Amino acid sequence: MKETMSLPPLPDSAITIGLRVDDWQGAVRAAGQALERSGATTPEYTDRMVGVIEEFGAYVVIAPGFALAHARPGSDVLTEGLSVLTLAEPVAFGHPHNDPVQVVVGLAVTSSDEHVHFVAELANVFNDEQVIPALARATDADGIRSLLGATASNGEPS
Amino acid sequence: MKIVTICGAGIGTSGILKVNAERALERLDIEADITATDVASVGVVAADAQVILTSPELVDRIGKTNADVIVIDNYFDIDELAAKLEIALG
Repeated sequence: MKETMSLPPLPDSAITIGLRVDDWQGAVRAAGQALERSGATTPEYTDRMVGVIEEFGAYVVIAPGFALAHARPGSDVLTEGLSVLTLAEPVAFGHPHNDPVQVVVGLAVTSSDEHVHFVAELANVFNDEQVIPALARATDADGIRSLLGATASNGEPS
Repeated sequence: MKIVTICGAGIGTSGILKVNAERALERLDIEADITATDVASVGVVAADAQVILTSPELVDRIGKTNADVIVIDNYFDIDELAAKLEIALG
C-alpha cells in the first residue's frame, strides 16, 4: 500500500484554470478537451464522458465540489491521461450531497488494469481534504501539479 | 467476506472507492476481498457479496440483492467509510 504509483504526466495543455461554463456538460466537455489537447484521447472520448453521466447520473461527483469525469477504456483513448479543470463559478451536476462542483479531473485509461494502479495514487492525493479547495484556488499550472504530485512530462519531477 | 464497489463505467470511481475501503477496513482490522465493478455486472459480481459500496446516484440501479448496500457520499473520507462499514459489518 505504501509504494508510490506515479500519475500520468500533466502538461500545461491538460490544465484549465478558472474557466466559466454554463452547466455540467460544459465542464465535462472542457475536461475532455484538455485530454484531447494533451494527446491522450480523441473527441469521441469526450462525448463518451458526457454520455456516462447522462446514462448513470452524477455519481462521478465523488467528494464535495469534485467530479472525476471518465468513461470506459476504448479505441478513443490513445494513451493514459489526466486533465484538471477548475471553474470560476461552481456548477451543479445533480448530486444530492456533493454539489456544486468547482474542480473536475478528467481520467482516461487504456485498460482497467493500468487504471487501478494510478487510481490508487489519485486516492492518496485526494485523501487530504485540503487538496480540493487548494486546487480550486490554484492560479497556475505549476501550482496544480505540485498539489497533485504530478509532472509536466514523463521524466524528472518539475 | 466479499465487498463490491460499483460505478457506472467499472473504472475510476469504483477503483477509488475500493482503495479507500481497503484503508478503512485496515483501520477496523477487518479482512475482506474487495472487487470494483460496473452497475451492469453487479448482479453477477456481487451475487456472493456481503456488502455493496456505491454512490447515492447508483443505488436504484443495483436491483435485487442480499448484500447490504452502503451509500458513500465522500469517497475520500476514510472516516465516513470506516464508520459506515463498521455499522454494516459489526
